This record gives sequence, structure tokens and C-alpha cells, in this order.
Amino acid sequence: MKTALVTGGSRGIGKAAALKIGESCNVAVGYSSSKEQAEEVANSIKAAGGNAIAVNIDVTNQDSINSCFEIVEKEFSSVHILINNAGVTKDNIFPRLKQEDWDAVIDTNLTGSFRTSQRAIKGMMKNKWGRIVFISSVAGLSGNVGQSNYAASKAGLIGLAKTISKELGSRNITSNVIAPGYIDTDMTSFLDDEQKEDIIGQLSIKRVGKPEDIANMVSFLCSDESEYITGQVFPVDGGLTT
Amino acid sequence: MEVTEVFEKVKNLFVDELGIDAEKVTMEAKLEEDLDIDSLGIVEVVMAFEDEFEIEIDDEELTDVGTVGQAVNLLHSKL
Repeated sequence: MKTALVTGGSRGIGKAAALKIGESCNVAVGYSSSKEQAEEVANSIKAAGGNAIAVNIDVTNQDSINSCFEIVEKEFSSVHILINNAGVTKDNIFPRLKQEDWDAVIDTNLTGSFRTSQRAIKGMMKNKWGRIVFISSVAGLSGNVGQSNYAASKAGLIGLAKTISKELGSRNITSNVIAPGYIDTDMTSFLDDEQKEDIIGQLSIKRVGKPEDIANMVSFLCSDESEYITGQVFPVDGGLTT
Repeated sequence: MEVTEVFEKVKNLFVDELGIDAEKVTMEAKLEEDLDIDSLGIVEVVMAFEDEFEIEIDDEELTDVGTVGQAVNLLHSKL
């Protein structure tokens, strides 16, 4: 059985992805602060007959990443599937954006994915099989008011993913990007009803996305069925970017 | 560790990690031309060396390594 690590797996898209992948793989539910929630996710997977553990991983810290991987390797195996989902926002209109908020978002969302992917790639090269999925955002494709740091970090993931796909395709390692649109998670909970109606008005599918909409795509991109798909960006956004 | 001992370990890594025929792995064998190792393959070998011998190899140290023998001598010098 293959082993998957989902960073930011305690909530939102990461949680839905962990639950879905847990149907067919061992899952390490990575969390930075929400330990109890991550344990609940792991317990749900186990209750459904799967194998899962909750593991602390701070993607801004290489030592934390290394110990997380060591725990997963000891419990299950080397990581076959890496879902780079951990992300933060520190929104501000560009002229007022502080560099510390720029740095923090780039460090977690972009550099964090660099760190975890580099750690994971070694085992994938040995296995001659691997799947890396980066959770980007439509903000990385189109930009978004107040999110220059977030959008830049999410756009950066695309270049990273495409390059990994070219370097490591010969080892049956694929690297793809999902760009979710407006998904109903903690990260979008600040939107009021009027804003939500506005957003829905821009969509072809007239509802806000569910974390499960993304999880289904994650699951496919992690499977054997997707072996000929690599270096691509998949908006899952109800038609927002059409 | 003797040079011959390093060579044996190196040979095993080439065989195990990259599936290269053991008889092809000689001190004189050129990595790219004789053993068909691509640039990523060299990275794999280097990572395997680092794990096996518990050392770190800088990229600069690799620029002069074109044959198995040169790799063996580099590793021997670092042990």
C-alpha cells in the first residue's frame, strides 16, 4: 500500500484530500498547530478501515520536516505521494503590504513546498514512482485584490511543479498543480453573504466549491491512472477562469 | 578503508541503485558513455554515496568526476 503525506491536513482542502486518499493509501495527516483536528481526521480514516497518523510538520522548518518524514517512514514507508497543501494568507492591498507579510507567505506557501518536495523526492527516486500535487489557487493564475503575496507564492508553485515534472519524469514521478477557485473553507470564511453571491455570479456552476471538489482531483492525480499527466495546472473552480 | 573496498561498495551501489551490469563497472568505465548514466542518474549515485558513506559531497567536487575510478578516489579521499 502506498503512503501519502498531506501538509495542512487538519482542515479544509487538506482534510478532504486526506480523507479521500485514505480510502486507498496510508495517510500521514500533517498539521502545524491543529493537533486535535488532525487526530480527528486520522481517526476518521481509521474508522473507515484505513491507516492514518497525525504528524506535526512546520513547513518553514527543515528540521521539523525531516522529523515528520522520519516518523512517517517508520510508521508506514517512504512517502510515495506528497500533497503540498499547507498555506497561509496575510492579505493587504499592495501599496500597504509589509515585507514581513510578503516574506511569511512566500516562506510557507512556496519555500515550504520546495522543502517538503526536496525531502520527499529522494525516496520517490529510489522507488521510481512518485506523485507530487501542489495546491495552488486561481489567485496564482489571475491575481487577486489584496493578495499579491499569496498570488505570487501560488504562481511560484507552478514553475516549481513544471520543472520537477521535467527533471523527474524519467523516474515515473509526476508533479501537477491544482488551482482551486472559491472553496468553502476557513480561508474563505471571512466573506459575507453578499460577497458570496457576487462570486457565485461569476461562476458557471452556481455554487461555491466544496473541499471535496478539490479532493477528487487530488485523488485522481495521485493514482496510477494519471501516470501520463504531468507538469500541468488544473483549475477546479466552477468555471471562474474559463 | 582501502581503495579496493571503496570500489566494491561503489560497484554494489551502481548495481543496486541503477541496475547496471556488475561486469561493466570497472575503474576505467566512463559514467555517461560506458554506463549510460544520465545527469539525474549521477545525482542518484551521489545521494546513495552520501547515505552509504555518511559524507556530504559538494557539487564542485563532482565536476572532475567522469569515471568510476575518479568517483572512487574522491570518496576514498573523504573517508
